[in-house]
Amino acid sequence: MRQRLRFLLGHEPVELEAIDPTLTVLEWLRRVAYRRGTKEGCAEGDCGACSVVIAEPEDGRLRYRAINACIRFMATLDGCQLLTVEDLKAPDGTLHPVQAAMVDSHGSQCGFCTPGFVMTLFALHQNGDTALSRGRIDDALAGNLCRCTGYGPIIEAARRMRETPGAVAHLAHREAEVLARLDSWRDGETLAIGEGGRMIYAPTELDALLDLAADHPQATILAGATDVGLWVTKQQRRLDPVIWLGRVAGLARIEETEDAIHIGAGVTYAAAHERLAGLWPDVGELVRRLGAEQIRHAGTIGGNIANGSPIGDSPPWLIAAGATLHLAHRDGRRSLPLEEFFLAYGRQDRRPGEIVEAVSVPKPEAGTELRCYKISKRFDQDISAVCAGIQLRRDGDRIVEARIAYGGMAATPRRALRAEAALIGQPFAEATFRRAMAALAADFQPIDDMRASAAYRLKVAQNLLLKAYLEAEDATSPSLRLAGRREPVHV
Amino acid sequence: MSEASPIGRALAHDSALRHVTGEAVYVDDMPEPARCLEIYIAWAERAHARVKRLDLAAVRAAPGVVAVLTNDDIPGVNDISPVGRDDEPVFATGIVQYWGHALFAVAAPTVHAARAAAALASIEYEDLPPLLDVDEARAREDHVWPPGRMQRGDAVRALAASPCRLDGRIAIGGQDHFYLEGHVALALPGEDGEMMVYSSTQHPSEVQHMVAHVLGVPSHSVTVEVRRMGGGFGGKETQGNLFACIAALAARRTGRPAKCRLDRDDDMIMTGKRHEFLVDYAVGCEPDGRISAVDMTFASRCGYSADLSGPINDRALFHADNCYFYPDVALVCHPCRTNMVSATAFRGFGGPQGMVAAERVIEEVAIRTGLDALEVRKRNFYGPNERAVTPYWMTIEDNVIERVVAECEKDAGYGARRAAIGRFNTDNRWQKKGLALTPVKFGISFTNTAFNQAGALIHIYKDGSVHLNHGGTEMGQGLFIKVAQVVAEELALPLERIKITATTTGKVPNTSATAASSGSDLNGMAAQAAARELKARLVAFAAEQHQMPADAVDWLPGRVRVAGDEITFDQLVHDAYMARVQLSATGFYKTPEIHWDRATGRGKPFFYFAYGAACSEVTIDTLTGEYRVDRVDIVHDVGRSLNPAIDMGQIEGGFIQGMGWLTTEELVWDKEGRLRTHAPSTYKIPTCADRPEIFNIRLLENVNPKATIHRSKAVGEPPLMLAISVWQALSDAVAATAGHKHPARLDPPATPEKVLMAIDRLAGLA
Repeated sequence: MRQRLRFLLGHEPVELEAIDPTLTVLEWLRRVAYRRGTKEGCAEGDCGACSVVIAEPEDGRLRYRAINACIRFMATLDGCQLLTVEDLKAPDGTLHPVQAAMVDSHGSQCGFCTPGFVMTLFALHQNGDTALSRGRIDDALAGNLCRCTGYGPIIEAARRMRETPGAVAHLAHREAEVLARLDSWRDGETLAIGEGGRMIYAPTELDALLDLAADHPQATILAGATDVGLWVTKQQRRLDPVIWLGRVAGLARIEETEDAIHIGAGVTYAAAHERLAGLWPDVGELVRRLGAEQIRHAGTIGGNIANGSPIGDSPPWLIAAGATLHLAHRDGRRSLPLEEFFLAYGRQDRRPGEIVEAVSVPKPEAGTELRCYKISKRFDQDISAVCAGIQLRRDGDRIVEARIAYGGMAATPRRALRAEAALIGQPFAEATFRRAMAALAADFQPIDDMRASAAYRLKVAQNLLLKAYLEAEDATSPSLRLAGRREPVHV
Repeated sequence: MSEASPIGRALAHDSALRHVTGEAVYVDDMPEPARCLEIYIAWAERAHARVKRLDLAAVRAAPGVVAVLTNDDIPGVNDISPVGRDDEPVFATGIVQYWGHALFAVAAPTVHAARAAAALASIEYEDLPPLLDVDEARAREDHVWPPGRMQRGDAVRALAASPCRLDGRIAIGGQDHFYLEGHVALALPGEDGEMMVYSSTQHPSEVQHMVAHVLGVPSHSVTVEVRRMGGGFGGKETQGNLFACIAALAARRTGRPAKCRLDRDDDMIMTGKRHEFLVDYAVGCEPDGRISAVDMTFASRCGYSADLSGPINDRALFHADNCYFYPDVALVCHPCRTNMVSATAFRGFGGPQGMVAAERVIEEVAIRTGLDALEVRKRNFYGPNERAVTPYWMTIEDNVIERVVAECEKDAGYGARRAAIGRFNTDNRWQKKGLALTPVKFGISFTNTAFNQAGALIHIYKDGSVHLNHGGTEMGQGLFIKVAQVVAEELALPLERIKITATTTGKVPNTSATAASSGSDLNGMAAQAAARELKARLVAFAAEQHQMPADAVDWLPGRVRVAGDEITFDQLVHDAYMARVQLSATGFYKTPEIHWDRATGRGKPFFYFAYGAACSEVTIDTLTGEYRVDRVDIVHDVGRSLNPAIDMGQIEGGFIQGMGWLTTEELVWDKEGRLRTHAPSTYKIPTCADRPEIFNIRLLENVNPKATIHRSKAVGEPPLMLAISVWQALSDAVAATAGHKHPARLDPPATPEKVLMAIDRLAGLA
């Protein structure tokens, strides 16, 4: 075990031996490192004022990702370079092109969100994206809220930043040095660090992870911290111990066989996005609207499942597509249909010491179509009021298979069995879907909450069945959707 | 040195470089003084209850706790009502009045320790029935402020005589400010009862007076400073008082510096929002769409205390006409008390709600008469002579609305697009489009006449550098750069010679809130007066030196010319100092002409009006209620712009903020009176992608006929109301689902749910 956390703050190596296991990067930056350019706006990964950039070696180069410092735990910086707004300006005071473009475009008013925007744009700039479309800019900035500008000047800055002169050499010239340093730090040791007896473990091998999980059945298993982070910042929970699976290389893999895709529990939304979009265009759109880039860079599909939320966006489509969940324990493995994992509100079929290892999804067969719908007050970066996954297989004019699952309609993500029954074996026609819509009222008794009323939930869930029919019935008609499909903007 | 005048130039925000580098310092970014404490405020989890027992022994004993503060720790007066109503104690006094009401505060070395300790309190409540319903409060005549009335003519008789009478009700939602920087204050105790407070406030003078009041010291013992806020929007006009007072109480009690910063959830739960209104309206109209009479009753959800609800309700009435002449009119407001957080100022200050009601009335008339809504609007615009008189008996002298609307109509290509949208709606079963062009007329001045005053203080140091201070605060709106431009113009100096400094009560006393869009109008004039005073002294000095009359001195960029001599500004300043000329001056301004008598409902409350118009096109999905704003065209009147870049930023930002209010920003309270939307995960302000794909904004070529600062116009609030066009376009699209036979009656915020339910309602009428 290694009891020392190592990362680069800008170009300075930082080594820490004792640290609160759930201390956030934001708290550390503001209180310990005194880098106060990074702001707290919401402490839940929703406003982006705390956006910082993490650089990690990938295929021999540095890959830059914007993340939310407010819900990221310090230990998860191990082996990374952390860049904040203070790192962008050259030593002689020359602004980075992103900063210069923001000034030229009048991109700041009160300025409080600005460092977060600058860092998000910086990640975009570093990764070499050129000729940014409006859709790409919207996607990149969906996780940064600005209350003053109305965004126009910031969009303008994003468009201009590649052509705006500014200082880049002070960062570019040191990339090799950063890479070498991060490479030299790579090891197979489990990181074990804590303070006051509370610990966070970060193993690199699956066996070590399973041992830790079995030895600490009360542990919080941490993936992207996009929800667990809020347990700390919003509920003031004191977690002990925490086991982070982000360093377990084996869990971050996506594997495809001829008839299925296997997604490891450590695969982030961002990493899975393109592959999923290739197999299921609607899933690509769904993931594009799930959280924002900062969240998708951290959050995992495995975490979304293990968490068991009734409003997670991954389970409905996965259930509709017939996914199988794989659980692992030191003493053995088991697999089950995903829908069986969700037992009741807040209760999943995960035994002590067991972890979610992967989910596998059968690839779409000929004649099968999967449609996903995400209904929320706001298109981007919003939690679904209702999320639907509707998979239909047709044989000629008849529906031979229907798997329909909803989130936001019950205490768990659940299949709409009565609606499915109303479709299976029936002609592919509006009347059939109207009957399924009626049947749906017997499948679910949704609730009123701050996202939607029960009446709206049911009505829109019913209408989504009709929408699925209409879209399938005439694939050539102009888009029936207002969000999404603006253009393919998968990252 | 540039010789060009800085007035009218699109200069960057004065802090832009510091914003983008993270070097701009907000209160929470200041280095904490040694031994600084952090405060957590514990609040009530009841909307209405008697506190039977508040046992804080375990809190006091918790690790790290240095002080626990309750009402017993207040040496002065336990009231922070900004309007002297004595209805806002610092902590609840025995009776909890809303879910989130402060109960006590804990000071510890970190807010985490303070918060953990606060959770150990043992509290017993006796539940009382909460008053949550505005209609019920109105029926009980439970008001936080006396109802107000404006009338002209006899609306009741005129309604009865109208060939067509329409009645309805609209519920208008509130709005959280969602400034990115939450409330924060840092208090440093000094000697002899002094207190220095750094506060994120739009109203440092009021914070000063409140802290003095609560500490029981004269105002001269308290200094309040603010360099900048991370957004205000009205939410920091009065709402910062509580946190500054608690920080000061902790500092006084412990003798240590103390900081009080709210996290997002506590900020949203504990601080006031835009007022919700229920408006009952009756309108009489002619078959040609002309309105003959209007009778409206506004009932607002004010929360538990008065705060600024009185003038906010009044401003709703002041704008219930928008740009329209009502021949006979009666307007009444009922500021209703409820067991909720006290509603407060928010960009527009009641005006937007009044205007929304006016536009609903237009919508009703348009549907009833079958006329295009824009035609109905035009037929009812204020005109000359007797058609220029408002419901509050002020004659409008600067009306440009017909020109503004005509230009917007042309820019937007309204007629052709109306026809194209009609075709789209015929051709598409599942999607419908809507279009609306709505005008804005917004009255500029505080309706409390006394507030329309401002002061400035300018020093010129011996090296010729200039130090500028005034009573206005910077919350991102660009006030500081505008005022600096004014001073640079007067002194003919480059901007970099003028140091913009933090607003502090020690330099300019008794200031008004930076509110009511008045910042540059008031402070720009005061700073100009101070600069002119200094310039006059220097001119007199130069004239005297050369034994010439003052008018023989030419004031040129960076220098003066007199009797063939050119003297640089720096030299002149140096010589003037040596000759003992005073190089510091104050400036003062008060807005002329205005007066207002609430009792009679008559007066001239506004110095002038700002105008604008916006045309919005939307598409709705009739199966889900989802929508998209496709295009917006705006023409807006800022008079002669001091800084077009800043003004464009205010217009665009205000529009998007208004669009959020009317579309996705929904405040949800549950049956117990608990706010359920208290963080961005549940409260949805617009994101980048919500900005319309096509968004054209143009400044109207105009000069303010009134003698404002360089003939500019206020711009902070008016553009927010341009977003009414989005809500009206959504209403138009909903009405299109039923052939425009019935009004959509889509109440804002028009969430996708509201849109779908409105479509459903119309389908039921068919």
